[in-house]
Amino acid sequence: MVNYIIRRLLLMPVLLFGVTVLIFIMVSFLQPVERLALYMRDFPKNEAAIPALISKYDLDKPIYVQYWNWLVGKTDKATGVRAGGILFGDFGYSRSASQPVVELIKRRFPATLDLTLWAIAPVILVGIWLGVQAAVHHNGFVDQAARVFSIVGTSFPTFVIGLLLLMFFYANLHWFSPGRLSDDLTRVYESAAFNHYTSLLTIDALLNGRFDMFIDALRHMVLPILTLSYISWATFLRVTRGSMLETLRMEYVTTARAKGLTEHDVIHKHAKPNAMLPVITLAGFSVVGLLGGAVITETVFNYPGIGSASVRAATSLDVVAMLGFAMFIGLILVVAVLVIDILYAFIDPRVRLS
Amino acid sequence: MAQTVPSGDNSLLRDTISTRKISRLERFLGPENYRIMQGMMKTPASIAGFSLVFFFVLIAVFAQQIIPSVGRDPYAIPRDGFKSDPRPMGTEWNRNVPDIPFWYKAVTGKEEWVHLLGTSEGQYDIFYGIIWGTRTAFYASIVVTLSTLLIGVIYGSIAAYYGGIVDMVLMRIVDVISILPGILAALILAAILTPLIGKSTIPVMVALIAFGWTGYSRFIRADILSVRERDYVLAARVIGVKDSRILFAHILPNAIFPTLILASMAIGDVVLSFAALSFLGVGVEIGYADWGQLLSFARNWITSLNTYWYIITWPGLTLVLFVMGWNLIGDALRDVLDPRMRGKT
Repeated sequence: MVNYIIRRLLLMPVLLFGVTVLIFIMVSFLQPVERLALYMRDFPKNEAAIPALISKYDLDKPIYVQYWNWLVGKTDKATGVRAGGILFGDFGYSRSASQPVVELIKRRFPATLDLTLWAIAPVILVGIWLGVQAAVHHNGFVDQAARVFSIVGTSFPTFVIGLLLLMFFYANLHWFSPGRLSDDLTRVYESAAFNHYTSLLTIDALLNGRFDMFIDALRHMVLPILTLSYISWATFLRVTRGSMLETLRMEYVTTARAKGLTEHDVIHKHAKPNAMLPVITLAGFSVVGLLGGAVITETVFNYPGIGSASVRAATSLDVVAMLGFAMFIGLILVVAVLVIDILYAFIDPRVRLS
Repeated sequence: MAQTVPSGDNSLLRDTISTRKISRLERFLGPENYRIMQGMMKTPASIAGFSLVFFFVLIAVFAQQIIPSVGRDPYAIPRDGFKSDPRPMGTEWNRNVPDIPFWYKAVTGKEEWVHLLGTSEGQYDIFYGIIWGTRTAFYASIVVTLSTLLIGVIYGSIAAYYGGIVDMVLMRIVDVISILPGILAALILAAILTPLIGKSTIPVMVALIAFGWTGYSRFIRADILSVRERDYVLAARVIGVKDSRILFAHILPNAIFPTLILASMAIGDVVLSFAALSFLGVGVEIGYADWGQLLSFARNWITSLNTYWYIITWPGLTLVLFVMGWNLIGDALRDVLDPRMRGKT
């Protein structure tokens, strides 16, 4: 197993390098003038100055020189000031948000994390429960109903579900609203008296003793979580059901039944733990997927996470912010996938003992 | 020849007795494909799926007969004025009115065109968008699915066939490409490509192709790896058949089938991704006949969706039915092809 973990760890820098190359390939589709934005904040109004700037930042040089500059930044020899350089955490300046991309990520990512943490339980547990029920009642009514649900579920686009939920629960019933927090509480949240311990809104609200804010934040998350859950349930249902059906056919399950165990014990103590292996992988990847920003869900519900920020950057052609987000999300996902792989090694005895 | 047939349920036996009549079609298709075809024709899910898809094929083919195009570009939804607020179903159509098709008077009982499903923001006719958008949906999904399939199969085959260092490098590249969430990666690439290519369906399709083929390459690679070890491949190699011929004539035909199934099940997803990207606002021009773009108008009317329900309900329903058709077919195919179901059609 040590071997396995070492191999995974060695792979990480390779993947990270790959992600930088991939993103740089996208950068290279841009005109030199557009690439200037990677290095400088204020675009010169005087068009005659542009060629000089292009050569100053080596944007007319071969692609590998530009790649290197993009990684480590371009230092001005006279002043010693470094511009750009994603390796130093300088992701450039976002024109659409009028602030450095790193600041934007610091503001937006906690919101995504908050949503992800609250979505994990409903997304995974309910999905698994549905799948187990479908498998246990194989070909019965529950199974057929689950099957219909899963086909309907996979056919519904995220944004249609989101808009329909908004139509019913916001426009008609006024129960839940889009955004992250009500206006008056947003003012409280941004005031100096409010301590931002973790940047996670729900937890900070509790730590500050603002229970009303906690509830308000949760209310704003109900619809996004419902949307995220609904589209994942179908997948979880299918995977859990398949895996569970396979396990229930195994001989050790028959043995357990022959020993006279109750059906409940057979299913939940004997079959389920073994059937969960593929589901755990799926769960890991769907959490990772959520961390990468629920692009569509956040946009539909106007939720200020990293996903909706990416969409705004893309639609306003703010290339710097777009690539900065991609780089950041790529980084997070590489690490998260690595963690899943290693956890999996601990869970699966076949890997653990090899 | 007298044959003793056991009493009771002999459905299993009937299939194995050699005197069973074998139809010409079965001879032509071969027993396995025939079984799949029969299974597909008997499952209610696949019948529903095929009917839905066929229905949309009809709409796409006869779009011009259902609602004649207005102006030079049939894919530009005609605008009835420039007022911003959506207008309800059945309101009069004053400007850019299409010709009256043969069915119109009989079905609606009206002399002039009305906005059958209302208009969206900017007075784009929803009915027109849905009908002509069907063509966009078919076009985009088929082009993207076939291209990703082709790229994935060629790429995965090369990786699997050569193995070793080639395989390792190629598959690490696949790992890298599939790290970013598909929709985000495609969104960024489409946004970068749009100014270069111009606003059309192409940037989004290119972006979906660029990030969509990796699944197929992994899938086909795994299947080829198992087929590669079979004796007939060794035999072909021993008699000196060329690499490319072994790969394309001996291995691929035996390994490609599961990947093709995967592709047929992915069409629904492609439609969804395409619609999602135009919903998010990259790619096509505003007012282009595309369901995602039609739905994106609703984003500005969230607070009044109770009044303007028709601007999301009709395009949304169309999109759901279209995707559901493909998913039903895919689901039935998966069942029929499940080895545990073999012999149970």
